[in-house]
Amino acid sequence: MIKEQTKLDIDNVDVFYGKKQAIFNVDLEIKKNQVTAFIGPSGCGKSTLLRCFNRMNDLIDICKVSGSILLDSVNILDKKLDLVRLRTKVGMVFQKPNPFPKSIYDNVAYGPKIHGLCEDISELDEVVEKSLKSAGLWNEVKDRLNEPGTGISGGQQQRLCIARAIATNPDVILMDEPCSALDPIATARVEELMQELKKNYTIIVVTHNMQQAARVSEKTAFFHLGHLIEFGNTEEIFTSPNEIKTQDYITGRFG
Amino acid sequence: MTNIDVLEDKKDKLIAKRYSKEKRFILFGRLAISLTIIFLTILLGSIVLRGISGFTTTTITFDVNLDKKLIDPESTNDKKIISSARWRKITRDSIYNVLNEINLVMNGEVLSKAEQKSLVRLFSRSSEYQIKDIVMDDLSLIGKTINVTLPAASEVDQFLKGRIDQSLPEDDRPLNNIQISWIKHMVDNDMINRTFNSNLFTKGDSRNAEEAGILGALMGSFFALLICLLISFPLGVMASVYLEEFAPKNRLTDVIEVNINNLAAVPSIVFGLLGLAIFLNVFNLPRSSPLAGGLVLALMTLPTIIISSRAAIKAVPPSIREAAMGLGASKMQSVTHHVLPLAMPGMLTGTIIGLAQALGETAPLLMMGMVAFIVDVPQSITDPATVLPAQIFLWSDQPERGFEEKTAAAIMVLLGFLLTMNALAVFLRNKFERKW
Repeated sequence: MIKEQTKLDIDNVDVFYGKKQAIFNVDLEIKKNQVTAFIGPSGCGKSTLLRCFNRMNDLIDICKVSGSILLDSVNILDKKLDLVRLRTKVGMVFQKPNPFPKSIYDNVAYGPKIHGLCEDISELDEVVEKSLKSAGLWNEVKDRLNEPGTGISGGQQQRLCIARAIATNPDVILMDEPCSALDPIATARVEELMQELKKNYTIIVVTHNMQQAARVSEKTAFFHLGHLIEFGNTEEIFTSPNEIKTQDYITGRFG
Repeated sequence: MTNIDVLEDKKDKLIAKRYSKEKRFILFGRLAISLTIIFLTILLGSIVLRGISGFTTTTITFDVNLDKKLIDPESTNDKKIISSARWRKITRDSIYNVLNEINLVMNGEVLSKAEQKSLVRLFSRSSEYQIKDIVMDDLSLIGKTINVTLPAASEVDQFLKGRIDQSLPEDDRPLNNIQISWIKHMVDNDMINRTFNSNLFTKGDSRNAEEAGILGALMGSFFALLICLLISFPLGVMASVYLEEFAPKNRLTDVIEVNINNLAAVPSIVFGLLGLAIFLNVFNLPRSSPLAGGLVLALMTLPTIIISSRAAIKAVPPSIREAAMGLGASKMQSVTHHVLPLAMPGMLTGTIIGLAQALGETAPLLMMGMVAFIVDVPQSITDPATVLPAQIFLWSDQPERGFEEKTAAAIMVLLGFLLTMNALAVFLRNKFERKW
């Protein structure tokens, strides 16, 4: 096995919503070209932590983050950091498919367009095609690229959102419960896709579905009430967890 | 056993009660709707019944002898001299001539002075000016006899529309017996005809009902609304975008929000006073002008536009903003590329509703001097003007019968404009509304 490179080094991160602390002193290392799953009961802070990685929490006025998160040894919590640049490196897929009410083509082309990644239309066409192919959607939509992105099925929409996220050529893809609004078949497709994508990208996925975490991830982090309880190889977490809380959660005793 | 029966019985009663409650509620709802429809029908019906005849008018066709001696004896062709000719005498002489000819054929005698005086009142008082205008447009007509079709006096129009009660004693009637018999006679001779009232749409206000039109008021309303739109739409949209998307949520913005909501409820006359104090007294904008009036209407419309625009922006799902931000779009890009296009139908609807409200507003314009008797049709935003509702208000105050149908006709035109604007709002909303 090749040596695991660290992509994200999370050190001593605390997150506050106003006076309420949501994340307590989390230390974590995310390895490159792996799928890392965040599991835990609702409200445990896993989504909050995920949203720190592309600074989406900045949108919430009362949210304060402290500590350091190093992405390729650059601290992304630095106030002076350019958010536009960060977000091209760290793409995000949301819980509910949220394609823009524009054509399928425009949805994928939006990121490259605003960042000026493409010199001309043919290059843009290429990027769109490549992204849609990587998202496993090309064959289904290639004949109707001009139809609205909101007109395809939920599973297709979510894969469109993945295509949109990878069109800007990020290093890391954050997925916030990407399958919670999908049926089992669409979920399976997205999970397959994650296995494909991790060859080129580092993926962090928040999920409520323990089986999914077990199926797709190399590493799993279990959170409870804002604390990182346990982090390790998925196999170990699911077969022989060190902590009782982890054991209780994955066996369904609470949560 | 009996216990269960009693319980079941109780349940049945309760269910029956719930059903009858629902039935009663539906009944009251239907009653309310039918009452509204009835009142609306009565209101619209009475306006249409009164106003529809205002769209037609009565004209008199007769020959005018443009005597060169009276108009331009020295053949100067100078418009100044021609314009100061004795047009009243020219008109009257021609009218007497026509009437006497008819009388000679009918009764074999010439009309008496008193008869002539009362019969000339069947013609519009404005006839002399209209004949003058015809000649001024074409000087070659001088010395000829021309056949003109001019509006009849408003009383003739009202008589033919059946609004003058012939059973009243002669002294209480606007038309005496001789006049009435002559009207009937002229109708038989095809001298008097009923035509479409083009004056209504091509002329400004006038003291003579047969001459009065709403073009001046229409143009005034148009200019005022244009100013109102140009000022309140961009300001309102920018204010709402800033408040909704960029402004920090703190006490100051809370105070601003509360104040905007309060402004929407301020009586419109207060805006008029504000406009009087600021636009007229401080900035010295021309009084009675659509510019000043439009500014006041803009002040009044602004809160409506801001509130509806904010609601439209709020209705854009946050997931769209997140998606854009997640792709690295700046706040500005996420607003201009995604939020604004999605919120636009709502904003446009709010704007049009606000403008429709402004179109029907009289009170604030009262303070700006726009509720005034203004004959000339305004050509620009600085000309003195009045607006449609003000015109309606002014006409409704006139004692002459002829203005009654004009008032109702003008209301119909105003309602037509309001309906068109609302239809446009619905159309825009349906056209640009995107589903997601």
